Amino acid sequence: MRIPLSWLREYVDLPADESPDAIGDRMVRCGLELEEIVAVGADVTGPLVVGRVLDVEELTEFKKPIRFCHVDVGAANGHPDTPGVRGIVCGASNFVAGDLVVVALPGAVLSGGFAIATRETYGHVSDGMICSERELGLGEDHDGIIVLPQGTAEIGVDAGPVVGLGDHVLDVTVTPDMGYCLSMRGVARELAHQYAVPMRDPGTELVELAAPEGGDPHSCGVGDLEGSHLFTLRTIVGFDPSAPSPYWMRRRLVMSGMRPVSLAVDVTNYVMLETGQPLHAFDRAKLRGPIVVRRARTGETVETLDHVARTLDDADLLITDDRGPIGLAGTMGGLDTEVDATTSDLALEAAHFAPAVVAHMSRRHKLSSEASRRFERGVDTVLAPYASARAAALLIAHGGGHYVGMTAVEAPRDPVTISLDPALPGRVAGIPVDRAAVVDRLAAVGAAVADPSSDPLLVTPPTWRPDLTDPADLVEEVLRLGGYDAIPATLPKARAGFGLTEAQRATRRVGRALAGAGYVEGLSYPFVGAPELDALGIAADDRRRHALLLANPISDEQPALRTTLLPGLLSTLRRNVGRGTSDVAIFEAGSVFLLREEQSPRGVTDPPRPHVEGRPSDDDLASLEALLPDQPLHVAVAVAGLREPGGWWGPGQQATWSDAVEAARVVADAVGVDLDVCRGSTPAPWHPGRCAELVVAGQVVGYAGEVAPRACEKAGLPRRTSVMELDLGKMIEHARGPVASAPLSSYPVAKEDVALVVDDDIPASSVEAALVAGAGPLLESVRLFDVYTGEQVEPGRKSLAFALRFRASDRTLTVDEVSAARDAAVGCAIAAVGAVQRA
Amino acid sequence: MSAPNKSFDPVEVATLSPDAIDAAVSDARAAIDAASDLDALKEARLGHAGDRSPLALANREIGALPPQAKAEAGKRVGRARAQVREALERRQVELEDERDVRVLVEESVDVTLPYDRRPAGARHPLTTIQERMEDVFVAMGWEIAEGPEAEAEWLNFDALNIGPDHPARTMQDTFFVGSEASGVVLRTHTSPVQIRTMLDRPLPIYVACPGKVFRTDELDATHTPVFHQIEGLVVDECITVADLKGTMDHFAMAMFGPETRTRWRPSYFPFTEPSLEFDIWFASAKGGARWIEWGGCGMVNPRVLAACGIDSNRYSGFAFGIGVERTLMFRHDVTDMRDMVEGDIRFATQFGQEV
Repeated sequence: MRIPLSWLREYVDLPADESPDAIGDRMVRCGLELEEIVAVGADVTGPLVVGRVLDVEELTEFKKPIRFCHVDVGAANGHPDTPGVRGIVCGASNFVAGDLVVVALPGAVLSGGFAIATRETYGHVSDGMICSERELGLGEDHDGIIVLPQGTAEIGVDAGPVVGLGDHVLDVTVTPDMGYCLSMRGVARELAHQYAVPMRDPGTELVELAAPEGGDPHSCGVGDLEGSHLFTLRTIVGFDPSAPSPYWMRRRLVMSGMRPVSLAVDVTNYVMLETGQPLHAFDRAKLRGPIVVRRARTGETVETLDHVARTLDDADLLITDDRGPIGLAGTMGGLDTEVDATTSDLALEAAHFAPAVVAHMSRRHKLSSEASRRFERGVDTVLAPYASARAAALLIAHGGGHYVGMTAVEAPRDPVTISLDPALPGRVAGIPVDRAAVVDRLAAVGAAVADPSSDPLLVTPPTWRPDLTDPADLVEEVLRLGGYDAIPATLPKARAGFGLTEAQRATRRVGRALAGAGYVEGLSYPFVGAPELDALGIAADDRRRHALLLANPISDEQPALRTTLLPGLLSTLRRNVGRGTSDVAIFEAGSVFLLREEQSPRGVTDPPRPHVEGRPSDDDLASLEALLPDQPLHVAVAVAGLREPGGWWGPGQQATWSDAVEAARVVADAVGVDLDVCRGSTPAPWHPGRCAELVVAGQVVGYAGEVAPRACEKAGLPRRTSVMELDLGKMIEHARGPVASAPLSSYPVAKEDVALVVDDDIPASSVEAALVAGAGPLLESVRLFDVYTGEQVEPGRKSLAFALRFRASDRTLTVDEVSAARDAAVGCAIAAVGAVQRA
Repeated sequence: MSAPNKSFDPVEVATLSPDAIDAAVSDARAAIDAASDLDALKEARLGHAGDRSPLALANREIGALPPQAKAEAGKRVGRARAQVREALERRQVELEDERDVRVLVEESVDVTLPYDRRPAGARHPLTTIQERMEDVFVAMGWEIAEGPEAEAEWLNFDALNIGPDHPARTMQDTFFVGSEASGVVLRTHTSPVQIRTMLDRPLPIYVACPGKVFRTDELDATHTPVFHQIEGLVVDECITVADLKGTMDHFAMAMFGPETRTRWRPSYFPFTEPSLEFDIWFASAKGGARWIEWGGCGMVNPRVLAACGIDSNRYSGFAFGIGVERTLMFRHDVTDMRDMVEGDIRFATQFGQEV
């Protein structure tokens, strides 16, 4: 809502010397969000006067139309020999001799620093300039010069005040509960309270119109009193369609962000901005029979003023005549009955339409208008006849014609009364607010308090505040008007808490551990498209293809919700490589969205909608949960290029599958869970020979390894990119919990190294497991320290060297004991995996 | 060894004569002083203090002396040998010191060589600033609540007093999952976590709810369709606007320093009544201290309490919400939203493990 200060001051006596900034601050304190303050033509200085064009000479010898005019600027002219008249060259042609114009005299500086001086141009001396709106900083209009309606001002007077120079426009955002502030009236009321000054309410004084004459007013009816409890229609005939809108009205509309159109339209807009009541003018000659408000019948259509043909349904509220729909109630009029350049008889509609009905209609038709914005938020329930009287008076004053009368339908409405415990505002605030203050502030917002001494107070909100329905709403008014600065700051004493949950702590540890291991966290969008999954070779029957689809994705290329972190992570990887970072190690932790078997990518069509008047039943809540997909927390890493750069210490280390596996171990350690790295299934996009299945407590929780070469190529990834993805949530479920500390033996350790030759396809983990199983309780640790293939072992075999450490808790081990344990370990490996001990 | 000393005259034992002893000591000292390194000193030790050195040989002669001469000769030789030992030790220390100095010089390296063998990782600053916020509330005794990102529309809107025709429920703002009629949306705020908390947890409630939220905005310098919020909820007996203000003051100071102040404005949210927005005085803002819009809050609307089965005559509450991205932007002078969402590792790496 753009509010010209000069206009606002007509309704409220703001202190004359109060700066626009200070007034803006007060608006903020009311709850209006101040976007900006525009100083109109602030950089225009110097002599600017109203002049009258005396004659026009077309200069035809130039490429573009140029005129030389004589303009009477009256007493403003300083030339004693040619009183009042100046010669001025002008490039515009939207005016004729006799028009009133705005003249910048030499010495003036126009918008953008354009200095005016007497100069010779196009073969004439130009002694000033005739101005357009843009040159004065009034607006963007530069199609022609400003032509003031006759009678706007005397010749030679200062044109600044006439065109609104020096005015300020405050642009405020109005929250949905303050619909009444979409008007001068509403903002004036708020400021009147802020400055403790009276206001003149244009919404409560009924403008007197001349007595109706000249036939019957157009008749109207309402078929849906729920949708419209008040409908009025005033008829004016003999109106001059060519009468211009007064310049001040056009200026105010422009400053308020609206485009002047014609007197009939301008007046309806002007009164809407002034009072908050949307109005609509019909060309009476185009109406067929009485106007009736009713719900639409399915299949009806109407073409609205924006030239869109709209198909209606039975939730739409219509303005109709005998032919059918002629407008969407409170939203937009129809094209058929629009006023035009020949309209002389007007039917002026002012009505109240139910907010929910207009909101629904506006939403369904994706049609938001100045009217619908106001009706959605709630228009004053009794304002219609007042506003239409004001509009009729303006129309007749500036466009002639005479008033024929009003027809109306009004359903009686019981006023809403709210019981308010007078102590409630103080209880909510945390400081006492005494009864008198409560009553005063409620009165200031326009509410009626039946008996200021009663308990509870019976409060009737004003007709323009349909948002006030609950005691809490009244509490807000009382506290808001008192100012929140007046309320002290205290700290509530929270119930003692238990800190972060184990899962929350584990999630943090995982992030820290991966960052400590050299991975950088990225946060990608959870949107994914089929081509990304195709590139990774994830097949159509893979569970990860059974994804939820968004009804309105940001991009049609990514319509689905991610089922794996990999596409987003790999796109981040590509972006980094593309920006010149060739060695990248990144990770992400986040939710993925997995449909259960019975769920469809398009969801259900008849979801439960529990009531909101009380707690829904447990069954209702369970049915809401059943709508949702599984959303496990995953963590993934991707690594490409060099894991360790080369340097003066030696060559760099290429990132490999083993880095991805190590990252899984880092995560497992951080979570506190035993991770089994197995050779098992190898889903896409992993390289079947370089993929580890990651198992916790017997369940597969993820995979790590190298991306298959073909997938790397198709997905545009660096060669040998390696990735890991884990179901972090599931790992956290299996976290081992508090560690039970083992006593430390201070007896000496006995070290034994064994080298075992096995077939190439025997996993090292199996050999190690056999050693552990065979070594018995004296084994303290086992570590694979070398893998050898080559001349010393036969083809198809490999040698694995393990360091075994033995220790007892109660004695120093003898040589025989250690040998026996080592032999048992080796024996077990021989039996289990066909190992041969290397000499 | 000289010939047997038949006469028992010490004078006749030349090697034990004072002159001979003195000469041996002088020779030894000369050799010791001349030793220029530890190896040379070892040679000198062997020659002048070893088993075959003149003084060792002289010492052996003492046994052959008559008893009356033994004491004097023994004393003389002993003193001489002590002098040699002393000289050896002194020189040993000198030479070791010299060697150590030399070795340290020889072994010195260029310690300014770069050592970036393990490139540092980093956590995303949105994660760590969110954790910092969580910690403020945990320190006050609150707990951290979480909920799903794909959320029931009822929990995201209806229960929060956002009716079916509320403008926020249009496709312009909300991602609908499946279809517009499926009853599932990507949550537009973390407020459904508050509803879940009120439905699930016993009263009183003191929770903060951080998380990812979604709106249908195109990515540009100031908008992103996926962003983060942290919301707070308190429901207890006698909770007031004053409690809300005190809590937000504390939170603001914890995030922006002790000089931070708050400023309060009326606002509107369907789920709070009264509703407020608050600005903070950010003293260390780049380009000078100024007021910055930080978040929205208010007293939980009794209708919302009712939808969760909480008796609003006995309990009241407050709720607030702030944007994590926005906080990071002005706390750390991030000027382009895209830097936060594109995953360029140079962005997170600036921040390291903490913000």
